[in-house]
Amino acid sequence: MSEHALAPSADAVLIGEAMTGGYGGADILHSCTIAVEKGEIAVIVGPNGAGKSTAMKAVFGMLKLREGQVRLNGEDITGLSPQARVRKGMAFVPQNANIFPSMTVEENLEMGAFIREDDFSGTMKQVFELFPILRDKRRQAAGELSGGQRQQVAVGRALMTKPTVLMLDEPTAGVSPIVMDELFDRIIEVARTGISILMVEQNARQALAIADKGYVLVQGRNRYTDTGEALLADPEVRKSFLGG
Amino acid sequence: MSVQQAAHPAATAPTVAYLRNVLLFSLMALALAATGMFQSWVLALTILNMSLISAIMALGVNMQWGYAGLFNVGIMGFTAFGGLAAVLIAMPPVPEAWAAGGFGAMLGLMLGAGTIFAAIIVWKRMAPGRLRGLALIGTLVVGYTITSFVFGPATTAIARVNPATEGYLGGLGLPVILSWPVGAAMAAGLAWVVGKVALGLRSDYLAIATLGISEIVIAVLKFESWLTRGVNNVVGIPRAVPRPVTLQQYEWVQNLAERLGLGLSETARIVELTGYALLFTLVLGALIWLAEKALNSPWGRMMRAIRDNETAARAMGKDVTRRHLMIFVLGSATCGLAGAMMVTLDGQLTPGSYEPLRFTFLIWVMVIVGGSGNNWGAVLGGFVIWFLWVQAEPAGRWFMDMVTSGLPADSGLRQHLMAQAAHTRLIMMGLALLLMLRFAPRGLIPER
Amino acid sequence: MDPLNAIVALTNFVLIPALAYGSQIALGALGITLIYGILRFAHFAHGDIMALGTAVVILVTWGFQAQGIGLGPLPTALLALPFGIAATILYLLAVDRTVYRFYRKVKAKPMIFVMAALGVMFVTNGITRLVMGPSEQRFADGERFIISVREFRDWTGLAEGLALRSAQALTIVVALIAMVLLFWFLNRTRAGKSMRAYSDNEDLALLSGINPERVVVITWAITGTLIVLAGTLYGLDKSYRPFTYFQLLLPFFAAAIVGGLGNPMGAIIGGYVVAFAEMGITYAWRRVFTHLLPEGWEPTGLMQILPVDYKFAVTFGILVIVLIFRPTGIFKGRTL
Repeated sequence: MSEHALAPSADAVLIGEAMTGGYGGADILHSCTIAVEKGEIAVIVGPNGAGKSTAMKAVFGMLKLREGQVRLNGEDITGLSPQARVRKGMAFVPQNANIFPSMTVEENLEMGAFIREDDFSGTMKQVFELFPILRDKRRQAAGELSGGQRQQVAVGRALMTKPTVLMLDEPTAGVSPIVMDELFDRIIEVARTGISILMVEQNARQALAIADKGYVLVQGRNRYTDTGEALLADPEVRKSFLGG
Repeated sequence: MSVQQAAHPAATAPTVAYLRNVLLFSLMALALAATGMFQSWVLALTILNMSLISAIMALGVNMQWGYAGLFNVGIMGFTAFGGLAAVLIAMPPVPEAWAAGGFGAMLGLMLGAGTIFAAIIVWKRMAPGRLRGLALIGTLVVGYTITSFVFGPATTAIARVNPATEGYLGGLGLPVILSWPVGAAMAAGLAWVVGKVALGLRSDYLAIATLGISEIVIAVLKFESWLTRGVNNVVGIPRAVPRPVTLQQYEWVQNLAERLGLGLSETARIVELTGYALLFTLVLGALIWLAEKALNSPWGRMMRAIRDNETAARAMGKDVTRRHLMIFVLGSATCGLAGAMMVTLDGQLTPGSYEPLRFTFLIWVMVIVGGSGNNWGAVLGGFVIWFLWVQAEPAGRWFMDMVTSGLPADSGLRQHLMAQAAHTRLIMMGLALLLMLRFAPRGLIPER
Repeated sequence: MDPLNAIVALTNFVLIPALAYGSQIALGALGITLIYGILRFAHFAHGDIMALGTAVVILVTWGFQAQGIGLGPLPTALLALPFGIAATILYLLAVDRTVYRFYRKVKAKPMIFVMAALGVMFVTNGITRLVMGPSEQRFADGERFIISVREFRDWTGLAEGLALRSAQALTIVVALIAMVLLFWFLNRTRAGKSMRAYSDNEDLALLSGINPERVVVITWAITGTLIVLAGTLYGLDKSYRPFTYFQLLLPFFAAAIVGGLGNPMGAIIGGYVVAFAEMGITYAWRRVFTHLLPEGWEPTGLMQILPVDYKFAVTFGILVIVLIFRPTGIFKGRTL
């Protein structure tokens, strides 16, 4: 069907190509390819245990690949550690424990900019413009905020390095539908500033609605790859993965 | 063990391990024999006796740590508390002291216990709130006032009775051997209370709680002089084996001295120490037999399963906290038993001599070096470390002598270092622990 | 009824000594809590490190005293402090390199760290005793009193006297400065914030580019400084004996746990809670109440709740109460 209907273009900002590997034991990913282009939103969806988070972790270097390659702006970064990838312009927001709870919102953002030697007050201003609530709460301990606000802190922290790619692991897990919509709106805004976004989402329908490109993974393999719109329209995808 | 391990693919491995263990114990025996031949047999037997007691303590700690993963650093407290039994059982009672304040002291103790009991009842029965807090404090204040009103004068009166040699209530005047099971029981009781409070908390909290309890036990022994004569020590506790002076009068001892070609007093001492060694070996043997049986029983397997995965054990419906309490009580009782045996061997209770480095942390070195989780390992650790502890003293002196030999004999630095040389054994013990932990964390005889 | 004299007696016998003792405990407990927050284990060698570091201070002090170098009214030990602190930090870093770093690398369980700390405890204790011997040492000099009992009585005409020893005042002042500096460091500097971040969320700190080994080095340097301060001030205030220093481990732990392990502010509050409880419960209140109660109502007993010998029991009692009713401490500490 639509397998590899849209082959990743050569000028993708970030591409994990034909990735195969797992956590020591059996392979979880089987020749899986994920790519995202400049200023676009790419979403990885799929059933539980499909290897969505694993694929993202593989792209970020938290998983050793047996085969395949990860390239950032054309440069091979397969051998780099996650920390080195952060320095290259990747940013990652883990699903859980993604803030420093006892530190203030402002300090969380500061820690996000830890590797920057230059003045980062401009970036912090941008983050506050993106998430105005954080400006109001900037002296408050991040752990005392609501779930949605914490996610904003987490995304804000990741943005502080001025990344070219922002990776989000289930950013809407555990937040209410209203907060989820707001978060997605913010994510679109981030993408508009030219930052490419790669995220894993449990809420496939809503996520695909804002996605430029969607990857449906099943058992560590690419099953469907298309634009978000096309996937939402695909009756087979709807039937199997979006609940009709 | 043989049935299970015979089915194991590497059937020869246990045999090799077995031979290695026999070799290790033989080497230990050889070291003791060499001490006897080159230094003196009295020294060798003295080391052997304390090694046996240390091995029992290590066995107790191994039950807690090796079987259940409980980190107890209050060994000193349980040992000393067990040692108190030797005084309470074997010393003759002091009737004048009993007449002067015995009733008051006992009544005071009961009132104190009653106060705590009442406080617990108040806490458990009343609904949470400010009223409960006030009632609790009120109960404690009233109970404390009444208790101290009875207790204070009584203990003062007891201390006044013949203070130079007595000034305490004395004991029951029973054979001292009886104090061994009683010491174990006393330590068990203490452990039950400690366990009720501290088990089920995080592992490092248990460590700190037991460290605190052991300091309090020592404080009680040191300062409740109506019970223990405190820092004045209880000396002359009746012996389990006849004294050398008595032994010297026996004909067979005199003959033995002639046959060995040793002095009479030395021979008598050797006979005495051998007597203790036999008694202690009997106890240790029985304990190992029991511990091995327990470890290889379904109960022992369950304990280790809990240790290795507490969450899974809990999920399977095991009452982990209760099991932990049980093993904590058993291990502490073993330490209490060893404590009573040690006081029996010394013939005196000296509360001032208990310090955690020697009575808690050294036992830990024994368990780690010997091999936690393995009873034979703990026993070997007890032997090896005690032997090194004693022999490190002359070794430290010799070492310091070598190091400072370049300095003139009247050099202040040299004299200072020679005077403090014995402390190098602390450094050696620390290094032994660190090296084992790093390079052979499973110990000399690893867990099977 | 003479409340003024009662207040003076209370200040002299309880408030001032407890304030000084509490400051000393707080400095030690801060180290325990920082090590717990960053390295995540209970540092059982803390008392012995304090004994060793203070030993260096004492030796250097003696050296200065022999040379006739002093600070006039202030104790010479202040001049020797930097040497003791530097030596202690070097020792701690050497220990970290040779012992703890390996267990960090293999991600060992906290209990294994504690075992290693026991080994370090033995070695450190041995070195201290080898250098200093087990007996008591004195190294205080300079002016002994800021206010002496006699002077106070002459000034005020009160029956009760009040003394403020310079060691007590020094302890309170130095501890206060150290605490202010520590909080400034933790809350205002990049390195301090990176420490807090690491303590909060290790993985995210790594992702943010914080170098864990650097955080560890800073932690040891701070704890080394604090513990030598605590040991020197305790020695000036009371006296130096390796065994006593080892035993201070218990109030350190109690204070850190009471305040909430891993929480610096908690460790300070905990230190004073422990000190005031120890002093208050083992003090003979007769003197104070004699002044407070009307004539003829004077108490006959000592009005002492527990003998001084049981001060560890008090410490431990507080610990148990906190463990049962609020295991995370007054301020919420981190849980492992």
